[in-house]
Amino acid sequence: MNYSIQEIWELLKEVEDPEIPVLNVVEMGIVRDVQFEDNKVIVLITPTYSGCPAMHAIEQDVREMLVEMHVENFDVKTILSPAWTTDWMTEEARVKLEAYGIAPPQKGSADKNLLMGKLRDVRCPRCKSSHTSMISQFGSTACKSLYKCEDCKEPFDYFKCI
Amino acid sequence: MKKEEALALHLADNNLILGQRLSEWCGHGPVLEEDIALSNMALDYIGQATLLFKHVAENSGDAKTEDDWAFLRDAWDYKNFLALELPSGDYAFTIARQYLYSEWYNLYLTELSKSSNTFLQEFALKSVKEVRYHLQHGRDWVLRMGDGTEESHARIQKAINDIWNYTGEWFVPNANDTDLSATGICPNVESLHQTWMENVQATLNEATLQMPVSGWMHKGGREGKHTEHLGHLLSEMQFLQRTYPNSKW
Repeated sequence: MNYSIQEIWELLKEVEDPEIPVLNVVEMGIVRDVQFEDNKVIVLITPTYSGCPAMHAIEQDVREMLVEMHVENFDVKTILSPAWTTDWMTEEARVKLEAYGIAPPQKGSADKNLLMGKLRDVRCPRCKSSHTSMISQFGSTACKSLYKCEDCKEPFDYFKCI
Repeated sequence: MKKEEALALHLADNNLILGQRLSEWCGHGPVLEEDIALSNMALDYIGQATLLFKHVAENSGDAKTEDDWAFLRDAWDYKNFLALELPSGDYAFTIARQYLYSEWYNLYLTELSKSSNTFLQEFALKSVKEVRYHLQHGRDWVLRMGDGTEESHARIQKAINDIWNYTGEWFVPNANDTDLSATGICPNVESLHQTWMENVQATLNEATLQMPVSGWMHKGGREGKHTEHLGHLLSEMQFLQRTYPNSKW
């Protein structure tokens, strides 16, 4: 089958993030580029965190999808640069994350506030209160912190900035 | 092996061995949140080690894979810092090591992210983002224990004293480092020492802890001269590959 680059991008939107199934790998910013090289489709992906165990699954899922869609000649390559940042998440992805119960990352990642230990307001995805506090910087996956809401008392995941 | 690969291997070994030590806390953390935090950090270190081993495997010109580098060498072939192979001890010791090493690693990666070697530069830019979180975690716990109860204060002070004379080799370049830093490929580790001391001093002051007096320092990790603890660590880490060679899942 012959697909255009745009059509490959559309196909990639069918591949879910295995840990956060409401988002696809394009919205996550994991797929960095799609290129043609001598009739070969090259999909460039980048890891969120170096040790993210979902990366193997994501690469596998992308390969399986391409095979299923009869893309015969392709390769999936991992690149490190530019390093993945939560700033690449689309606005739509942020809305979906919050609806799924994960507070979306705030814009402007990896600044000095982190080192100084200053935390910014994180909004509870359930009751929308900003009266929240961090339980632990490290949560259920490498990309999340654990928070609790001081108003509705529910614990929740916050997708931390990187 | 090229000089860049030798450096990558040293960094890979640091990451792998510390990652293995931290992963020992999985299921044994003092509280659930810390169990999760240390396991997360172990994952970051092992992930970084994987990137480095992969690079070495692809560029060293022999048939070794990343797994061969990680799992099929003997203790004297590993070039990690001695501090990272020491047993995890109590939680204070784990935190003392984590904090002091994260201060070093954060400075090192910040400088390495200016490397003229593309791979090392990209690796550093990616990894430093993760290490900033490790540093914040370690620092928070040093403050909490130091400025905590009599017991926690005594334990973290002892831990910092105990590990102190393993930190010296972090700031002594070997011949390979000297060659690489001359051409802007890696940082000159001696130049990191002053900032590291200032940062550590500031944290210890705030934590009401005493800065240990620097005296005689252990060395040898870079040359493969290890403590007896590395062999025991490897026997557990390499068990599967040694017992069932070439097994995969």
